[in-house]
Amino acid sequence: MAKFTLNINGTKQEVDVDPSTPVLWVLRDHLNLVGTKYGCGIAQCGACTIHLDGTATRACMTTISSVGNSKITTIEGLSEEGDHPVQKAWLEVDVPQCGYCQAGQIMTASALLEKNPNPTDEEIEMAMNGNICRCGTYTRIKKAVKLAAKS
Amino acid sequence: MTLVKTKIGRRAFIRNTGLASGGLVIGFSWLASCKMTPEQVNSLPDEWFELNGFLKVGDNGMVTIMSPNPEIGQNVKTSMPMIVAEELDIAWKDVLVEQAPLNTDIFTRQLAGGSQSIRQGWESLRMAGATARHMLKEAAAQAWGVSADEITTKDGVLTHEASGNSAGYGDMASAATGIEVPEEVQLKDNGNFSIIGTDKKNVDGKKIVTGKPLFGLDVYKDGMLTAMIVHPPAFGMKFKSMNAESVKSMPGIKDVFHFEAYPEDVEKQWSDGGAIPELVAIVGNSTWECMQAKKALNVEWEEVSKLESTSYHEEALASLLEKPQEEPARKDGDVEAAFKKAAKIVESTYSAPYLAHNTMEPMNFFAHVTPEKAELLGPIQTPEFLEQTLVSRLGMPAEKIDVMMTRMGGGFGRRLYGTFAVEAAAISQKMNAPVKLVYSREDDMTQGTYRPSYKVKYKAGLDENGNLIAWHVRGAGTNDDLIFENRFPAGAVDNYLAEKHSLETNVTTGAWRAPRSNFIAGAEQAFMDEVAEAAGKDPLEFRLELFDRAINNPVGDPEKNDYDPERYAGVLKLVKEKSNWNTETGESRGVAAYYCHNSYVAQVLELENGGGDIPRVSKVTCAVDCGIVINPLAAKNQIEGGIVDGIGHSMYSALTFEEGKPEQSNFDTYRLMRNSEAPKDIEVHFVDNGIDPTGLGEPSLPPVIAALSNALYKAKGRRFYKQPFINDKPPLVG
Repeated sequence: MAKFTLNINGTKQEVDVDPSTPVLWVLRDHLNLVGTKYGCGIAQCGACTIHLDGTATRACMTTISSVGNSKITTIEGLSEEGDHPVQKAWLEVDVPQCGYCQAGQIMTASALLEKNPNPTDEEIEMAMNGNICRCGTYTRIKKAVKLAAKS
Repeated sequence: MTLVKTKIGRRAFIRNTGLASGGLVIGFSWLASCKMTPEQVNSLPDEWFELNGFLKVGDNGMVTIMSPNPEIGQNVKTSMPMIVAEELDIAWKDVLVEQAPLNTDIFTRQLAGGSQSIRQGWESLRMAGATARHMLKEAAAQAWGVSADEITTKDGVLTHEASGNSAGYGDMASAATGIEVPEEVQLKDNGNFSIIGTDKKNVDGKKIVTGKPLFGLDVYKDGMLTAMIVHPPAFGMKFKSMNAESVKSMPGIKDVFHFEAYPEDVEKQWSDGGAIPELVAIVGNSTWECMQAKKALNVEWEEVSKLESTSYHEEALASLLEKPQEEPARKDGDVEAAFKKAAKIVESTYSAPYLAHNTMEPMNFFAHVTPEKAELLGPIQTPEFLEQTLVSRLGMPAEKIDVMMTRMGGGFGRRLYGTFAVEAAAISQKMNAPVKLVYSREDDMTQGTYRPSYKVKYKAGLDENGNLIAWHVRGAGTNDDLIFENRFPAGAVDNYLAEKHSLETNVTTGAWRAPRSNFIAGAEQAFMDEVAEAAGKDPLEFRLELFDRAINNPVGDPEKNDYDPERYAGVLKLVKEKSNWNTETGESRGVAAYYCHNSYVAQVLELENGGGDIPRVSKVTCAVDCGIVINPLAAKNQIEGGIVDGIGHSMYSALTFEEGKPEQSNFDTYRLMRNSEAPKDIEVHFVDNGIDPTGLGEPSLPPVIAALSNALYKAKGRRFYKQPFINDKPPLVG
């Protein structure tokens, strides 16, 4: 076990865990931030996507010891009132079916738009390809990303 | 208006029922929806008045509606309360929604399966709203000294025009609880609907996009331990021995033990179909610590039955296709005689592999079992069956067992089989502690309860004018006999023979979104295309000709056919118009239609020409007849999802076995469709016929597989017979 001081959603948090623990399980099991989802554990599905210094990152394969001073943003910290343009677009288009993958989708989409505010269809697809939606909301996801890009 | 007797769910109308059981109190903060706006939160009523088990009215006029059925992403948590709200005549903005726990005293059929929630809930949901509205009107009538018949309602306001009296539902809610429950109530005419048929957004939408706890895996409680299981690595194996001692001392680990999840004397329900009798449990403080212990644990397994490989399943199914069925499932006329005189014969064989459900949220459940009671909370499509199994497994009466449903990260049939919840209860009972059981993705994918693998052979005969005179289908599946003998084209062909076989295997199988239909529709409708081509006819017109036959001069007893040929033809005609079928677009197009879950779907799928090895779906035009559409916005989402699901799995997915062991265990080897592979556009059209609503969650999946393979034929110049299509010989890539 080792102590780590993390910067999560703008707040300093201290945890005492095994250094090999992935950020995903630190968030979920130790910090009560359950918006970041477990889907595969091997960075294949994107359900656990967070921002590490603004870059979309898979929390299930990022060990807590590798984070250092990097800023972690989770879905809970993407906006204060749930009114980030991507979140608003997701609601407007009524994207979710089961909803389980959507936090990860939104984190990937918001990181994309931060770097590329006007992505083409192909750029959206390539950026979103790491996030599986088993319910098949892909066409709505693309629509929502485009809507968010407009706002 | 329609007058209906309030007989169904009569117990639901007994006021002050045992609704506030212990479990509910725990569940409420969890299960309430987050549709509330800040204004609504500020205006929550001081007091609620329960008018029946489905709803309560606040003193300020707000209404809470219980959503009875499990929510797996099919959106019943929005659409079922919409039906109650419609008959209650309340504005949707004044409605809060809560997930009901299992309560068989109030609700009937709290089950997510067979696309039946709306169809089978339709009457009781309407009655719940209409009965409460009636009681509010009676209360107002008594208060004002007027006849209830003269009182009108709109958006939660009662009005008596002649006397000029008017009051909100909240003002009359208290008095309404004293009104006799009516023996019969009047339901609205379809033409007067103001909520049903309008777009309403997902009531959990805000919670979903802000990452609030909603799902089973998000359950965390004081003193809760995490548990994981280790199941046999191959079908046909069982536990032999293990060295648990070294693992027990690992950090955070509380216990490691072998246990009987399903001892022999447990009275099983059908929902326990995939149960693995013996398992190993690892219990610890956190998920990661349990995962580490799982990796370190060494378990010995022993072979108890045949270790089957995919090659065995394929050969065994193929040999069944050579075997006639002793008593054919259906036989009209004489196919053999017809084949002899046929001008043309067409024959093809289609097959598909096992599929895993792969819900994005792996199986999990929270259980807290004490000698006094059992509390279960988690993702389950069949809570009532789970409770019955728990009665037997825990040796506890149903009154002491509370089963509550969380929102589910996907279902697709997998969570019909709640063995994981029984396992969680058994582990909690043994540990005497609250426990959340978590399956890893690998546990989830390799544990069983798969979509069966299938093989089917068709033979059709055409006369010299290209008329279909004979149709023979013989199908086989693993633990499933595949054929729906009374579906189309039964009734439309003079000589028809349907035969079916099941291959018993030890690989456990279960319902997977649109069971059986998810394969047989793709095969039947692809074969229909081949037959139409051999007949020299347009594939869509060829199908319409057959429906004309089934309408005008059906073969055999038309009551036996479990489809309505007019509605079937109706969706084909609609998709023909909407896709501009008769206009040559230059793109590769395929058409298909299918009936299942009481609904009719026809699709035209277009592939982009050119591009890479795997052509991209540019557009799917879809016509749906599911009767009244409750919530078009969400209904389209379901149709779109089914289309993506059908294309994705038939194109890319497979679960194969080597010596009983699944060869895919995670998304690096099990391929699911990705964003860039999804159709670029999906257009959905509903038939507006005012018929009572039917299934919606499943029917769009089966036919799209044929629409895809028929379009692939146009693009590639060869037929695709074996799923996943990318691997059909020669593979589309490589």
